[in-house]
Amino acid sequence: MAWTGKVLRVNLSRGTAESEALNMQWASDYLGQRGLASKYLYEEIDPAIDALSPDNKLIMTTGPLTGTMASTGGRYSVVCKSPLTGAIACSNSGGFIGAEIKAAGWDMIIFEGKADAPVYLWLENETAELRSAKDLWGKTVWEADEMLHRMHQDPQIRIACVGRSAEAGNLYAAVVNDLHRAAGRSGVGTVMASKNLKAVVVRGTRGVGNIKDPMRFLQATEEGKKVLQESAVTGQGLPTYGTQVLMNVINEMGALPTRNMREVQFEGAHKISGEAMHEPREGDGRPNLTTNAACFACTIACGRISTVYKGHFTVENKPQYWGNSGGLEYEAAWALGTDTGVDDLDALTYVNFLCNEDGFDPISYGATVAAAMELFEMGVITTKDTGGIELKFGSAEALVAVTELTCRGEGFGKVLGLGSKRLCEKYGHPDLSMTVKGQEFPAYDPRGIQGMGLAYATSNRGACHLRGYTVASEVLGIPEKTDPLVSEGKPELVKAFQDATAAVDSSGLCVFTTFAWTLDDIAPQIDAACDGDWSSDKLLEVGERIWNLERDFNLRAGLTGKDDTLPKRLRKDAANVGPAKGLVNDLENMLPKYYEIRGWTPEGELTPETRQRFGI
Amino acid sequence: MLKALKLEPEKCTGCLQCEMACSYENTGAFNPARSRIKVFTFHEEGRFAPYTCTQCEEAWCMHACPVEAIVVDMATGAKNVLEDVCVGCKVCTIACPFGTVNYEQATGKVMKCDLCGGDPWCAKACPTGAITYVPADDTGMERMRAWAHQAPQGPASTNQPREKQVNVYMAGQQGSH
Repeated sequence: MAWTGKVLRVNLSRGTAESEALNMQWASDYLGQRGLASKYLYEEIDPAIDALSPDNKLIMTTGPLTGTMASTGGRYSVVCKSPLTGAIACSNSGGFIGAEIKAAGWDMIIFEGKADAPVYLWLENETAELRSAKDLWGKTVWEADEMLHRMHQDPQIRIACVGRSAEAGNLYAAVVNDLHRAAGRSGVGTVMASKNLKAVVVRGTRGVGNIKDPMRFLQATEEGKKVLQESAVTGQGLPTYGTQVLMNVINEMGALPTRNMREVQFEGAHKISGEAMHEPREGDGRPNLTTNAACFACTIACGRISTVYKGHFTVENKPQYWGNSGGLEYEAAWALGTDTGVDDLDALTYVNFLCNEDGFDPISYGATVAAAMELFEMGVITTKDTGGIELKFGSAEALVAVTELTCRGEGFGKVLGLGSKRLCEKYGHPDLSMTVKGQEFPAYDPRGIQGMGLAYATSNRGACHLRGYTVASEVLGIPEKTDPLVSEGKPELVKAFQDATAAVDSSGLCVFTTFAWTLDDIAPQIDAACDGDWSSDKLLEVGERIWNLERDFNLRAGLTGKDDTLPKRLRKDAANVGPAKGLVNDLENMLPKYYEIRGWTPEGELTPETRQRFGI
Repeated sequence: MLKALKLEPEKCTGCLQCEMACSYENTGAFNPARSRIKVFTFHEEGRFAPYTCTQCEEAWCMHACPVEAIVVDMATGAKNVLEDVCVGCKVCTIACPFGTVNYEQATGKVMKCDLCGGDPWCAKACPTGAITYVPADDTGMERMRAWAHQAPQGPASTNQPREKQVNVYMAGQQGSH
């Protein structure tokens, strides 16, 4: 099995929580986690609804390998319609709460409706209760976490929570779990807060014991761990430097989007890189990085645990920020740093702490600040708008000041909480928003990494690196090297990555394993655990089915092929320096070919044959 | 020769593979809640520490048990709980100064580490070498070596880096035993 076979359905309007059987046919077609929850959402809501209305549903979902000894088998996802993009949202997180939900005996929790007043869900194995969150509302994630631990008098509970930014309607608010892991993107936290649901508190003591073939499973997972250990990326690079191993690499290849993606290289990259996090800093002579850390079951341990120097301007006289917490990952360091031109490592770490503490996506946030900084430089946004803050590129002080406002959704922080697209529209410069489908870009410039342009444009949740990470091939040569400056062959590459990733995201495993694992390493682990036959081919088929289902959700939500595009800057303004100098992204030549191999019409719609093939 | 679990908190990443291995070996399910080894996270300090029974020679738990349900495995030195004999009175959990014997609601008995009969699963599962199973007389050898390495080499050595290294070492030591 590996699935628990049980779904908890919580109706917040009625205040009920009921158990129901998991649809095993859907599990066979969609595996779990991302795929399976997307299927439930697709079947249960009208995609055209307002994402912040009670009609939206929020699903917290595990995969069949969540809660097992498979390396990285601790992932969970939060799935709903996104208020940021209007498309389907599916945000994946590590930490420990996914495994705790599974150990409590549940594959997924479906939240429906909206509570009259703030509540939180207390889930202890079979017992599910909605309790008042009156005292928790208005608190940060970190404050609420501490209060809940005190109230429950159990250090072993696991908590997923939204912060003040979500309560204030920030459109890219996250669901933060275990203090500093997050289902970060697309505003899943905003939807949770819109339902008056502050937190989910879980204690699971049942464990995961229904593995189909336990001996084969232990053997397959053991072999998988060896592969991770022996890989230079998952065995050395990620544990030592985290995802931040990429900062200098991507900068050198001229694909590091800088200052709202005007430029492709950042002169301060080395100061905020993974290497820099190891260097003793001025002040206390300690490095920014204290140690690496693992999520549940992860044998890679890429997580960063960091401090900010006590005497740094950001935390002076704020002892609550003197301890260790989740440090900078590459995407956060890029968005908060490179894209805003800020190269102060401790300032970025502090801002990252705040993103965790008040629960908002540092990628979307940093990119939105970058857009605002460009508008400030143009004189479109002035100190009148910002409340006196000189919002200039490169100013750590300004970044910190607007972040503290964004935490509370106050003043100019309220405007930044709209995201880059709405902010740029508000000030009359929609072209300056570096977004696809309303979601901000991550840290790879598609002029210097051509495949990523197509991956961004066609991602089902708006601009995102995790839906089809062709960087692996185009930069790192995994599983084989392709030329990042060439667009030929990229439609096939993007499709292959998108389908495989959809399967991995549905298993309970972390996509970072695919720096070392192929589906041939993953399939035996799933096959030993789950009923049915799970070959690599079956996983690819499931991945492609998921991709088409998500696409169809978006089309029914009102998106069209016209939304599969990139900002003008990336299609018209050539890179100014570095290896990609003179290049724009060649999306217009990649997209028609991509539609064709997807089995879509030239307008980007599923053909009847494709629908039939995948049962959509 | 007797072997012992050697725990090195400074190598621990908090992944809980040991807890899953332990619970799987003992209960047939991946279930950290029923693991006999526990990893503790000290969030503020940014540290992780695995902790389990040290198998005391003169074991408090064994002496405290009123029904002689805790016995020595002569091959491994482990103090094992005889589940058939244990009456769940919990006196051993009070007697143990380290807290490594615990009552289990699921069974109504106490549970503690039994070294898996001489092949501890936690050590096999640990991906970073934070838990190893080594000759019992040698658990301190690497630490001795680390201290020895810091010994003054002569007039040329300075005090400052030496103090720093000692602090780092002490921090790592606290969670161990």
